[in-house]
Amino acid sequence: MFQVRIHGRGGQGVVTAAELLSIAAFLEGRHAQAFPTFGSERTGAPVVAFCRIDDRPIRVREPVARPDALIVQDATLLRAVNVFDGLGPDAYVLVNTTRDLRELGAAEAVATLRPERVRTVPATALAREHLGRPVPNAVLLGGFAALTGLVSLESVCAAIRQRFTGRVADGNVAAAERAYAYVSATTKEAIDA
Amino acid sequence: MLKQTEGSQAVAEAVALCRPEVICAYPISPQTHIVEGLSRLVKSGALAPCEYVNVESEFAAMSVAIGASAAGARAYTATSSQGLLYMTEAVYNAGGLGLPIVMTVANRALGAPINIWNDHSDAMSQRDSGWLQLYAEDNQEAADLHIQAFRIAEELSLPVMVCMDGFVLTHAYERVDLPSLRQVDAFLPPHTPSQVLDPDDPVSIGAMVGPEAFTEVRYLAHLRHLRALEVIPKVAAEFAAAFGRDSGGLVRPYRLDDAETVIVAMGSVLGTLKDVVDERRAHGERVGVLAITTFRPFPFAAVRRALRGARRVVVLERTLAVGVGGVVTDHVRAALADAAPEPGGAVPYLRTVIAGLGGRPVTTASLHGMLDRAVTDRLDPLTFLDLRHDLIEREARRERAAERV
Repeated sequence: MFQVRIHGRGGQGVVTAAELLSIAAFLEGRHAQAFPTFGSERTGAPVVAFCRIDDRPIRVREPVARPDALIVQDATLLRAVNVFDGLGPDAYVLVNTTRDLRELGAAEAVATLRPERVRTVPATALAREHLGRPVPNAVLLGGFAALTGLVSLESVCAAIRQRFTGRVADGNVAAAERAYAYVSATTKEAIDA
Repeated sequence: MLKQTEGSQAVAEAVALCRPEVICAYPISPQTHIVEGLSRLVKSGALAPCEYVNVESEFAAMSVAIGASAAGARAYTATSSQGLLYMTEAVYNAGGLGLPIVMTVANRALGAPINIWNDHSDAMSQRDSGWLQLYAEDNQEAADLHIQAFRIAEELSLPVMVCMDGFVLTHAYERVDLPSLRQVDAFLPPHTPSQVLDPDDPVSIGAMVGPEAFTEVRYLAHLRHLRALEVIPKVAAEFAAAFGRDSGGLVRPYRLDDAETVIVAMGSVLGTLKDVVDERRAHGERVGVLAITTFRPFPFAAVRRALRGARRVVVLERTLAVGVGGVVTDHVRAALADAAPEPGGAVPYLRTVIAGLGGRPVTTASLHGMLDRAVTDRLDPLTFLDLRHDLIEREARRERAAERV
C-alpha cells in the first residue's frame, strides 16, 4: 500500500487533490481511498487530506501517520505545521514553491531524505499562467506523477477531465503537463548530479 | 457501474435508483452532500417523478415524510446529530404509524459541546423509536443498504434508518459499484402501501388509543420488529442473488472459526479491525470480529450463535451511555446470558471499549494495544481507548482551583 498525505490551506483544493489522485489510481484499475481531515472549514486554515493506493481492497480507515509521499501545497506551512511528521527516509516530498526548501525552514528535515525524491515545483505560478487562478492542487498531481511514477500523467489528466470541464479542465491539464515536465527534468538532474 | 466516488454521492445515486417520490430534507453536516446530490438529480429531471421539498427544519422534514408516506408515496430523508434530535417527536410518530420511510443518518456526535465529527450517539438516541437500524461498514454497503432498506421497509411497513459514519464514510472517495435502474427495478417493485390516506375514502391514523388497547398496539409493533429478523436476512440473500454482493443481513462474522477473542463492532471501524485481526492471526492469535449490521431489532439469537465458542468478547462502542458505559454491550450481554439460563451459570467474559467519540480516529496501533491487554485478561471492564489523562488531570486541577473555600 502506498500512502500519500497532502498539506495545504483552505481554498487550495487540498481535499479535491486527494480525490483526483484516487480517481487517477482507480482509472489504472487499482484500489484507492481518499479522505480529508475535517475541521471547521475556513479559507487559509491548514488542511490535510489523505490518499491510499493499493492493488487490494483498502479497509483501514485511520489517518495516514507514516506517509510514503507528501505533497505540500503551501510552502508557508513548512514553518507552521510539522508536515514531515512520520516520514521515513525513502519518502517522496513535493513542495509548491519557487524557492529553495532550505530557505523555507525545512533544511533539517530534507537532509534526512533522498535528494532526488525531494522536489519543488512552481505550481501556483503554473496555475496562474494556465488557469488564471492561483489554485495549485491539480497542477501538483502532474509533478507527483513525475516524481513517484505511482500514477501516469495520462491518468492524472483523465481524472482532472472527469472532475472539471471546459477551460478549467483544459487549464489544469496544461499546467499539470508543465509540472510533470518540470519535475521530470529536475529529478533527472538530481539523479545525474 | 463501478466508479470512484464520494460516499455521499454514491448514496444519493443509490437512493435515486429506488425511485423515491418525495424527498424532504434540511442540511446538516455531514449529511448535506447526500441531499445536495439528490436535489441536483431532481432538478435536472434525472430523478422523476419526484418532488424535492425544501423544509425549514428537521422536524418539518420528518413531518413531510410522514405525510407523503401516509399518502402512499415512497419517501426519503436524511439527517445527522442535532438534526435527528430536533425531529425526534416525528421520528417516533413515523415508527408508531409504521410508515415505510427510509432515512440516512450520517452518524455524528451530539452536543453539548458542539462536535461535528463522527460517533454513533445520534442514531443510538433513537434506538427505541420503532425504526429499524442498519449500519454500513463501507460505502459499497452504504449504497447497497439503501436499496435493501426500501424493500425491507415496504415489506414490513416499518421505517428504516441506514446509519453510515459521518465524514469517515460520507466524505471518503472509494470504489463503489452502483447497479442499473433496471436491476433495481427488478429487485424493488413499486410501492403498494397497505393503507393510504385518501380524501375520497377518509380514515384517521394515529388517533388516540387509551389504556384498553395501547399495550396491544405496542405488542403488535414488537411482533412486527421480530418479523424483521426474518425479513432482513431474506432480503440480503435476495440482494446477493440479484447483485452478486454480500451486504446487509443481521450480523457478519469475520474469522470467527476457533476464535477465542472476538471483537464486536458496528460501522466503518470494522475495516480497520479486520486488518488488525489479520495481522494478529498471522502470528497465530485466535481472534475474530463480529459485525453487527442490524442493531434494531437486535438479533439476539444470531449474536449468540456467532459468539458460541468465544472465551472473551470485547464490544467496541462508538457511543457512551453516560453513567452506564456501553450500549451495544448490554445487548450482547443479554444475548450471551440467554445462552446460560441456569441459575449460577457461568457469566460470560465481556469487556466494553469506548472508542472514536466525536471523531477521534480509531487507529491500528491503539487497537493492537487494546487487544494485547484483552488477550492476556488485563482489559478493564470499561475501557476508554486513548483516553488523554493529561487533559483530565488539567481539568481536575482547574476545578480544584475554582472551588470556593
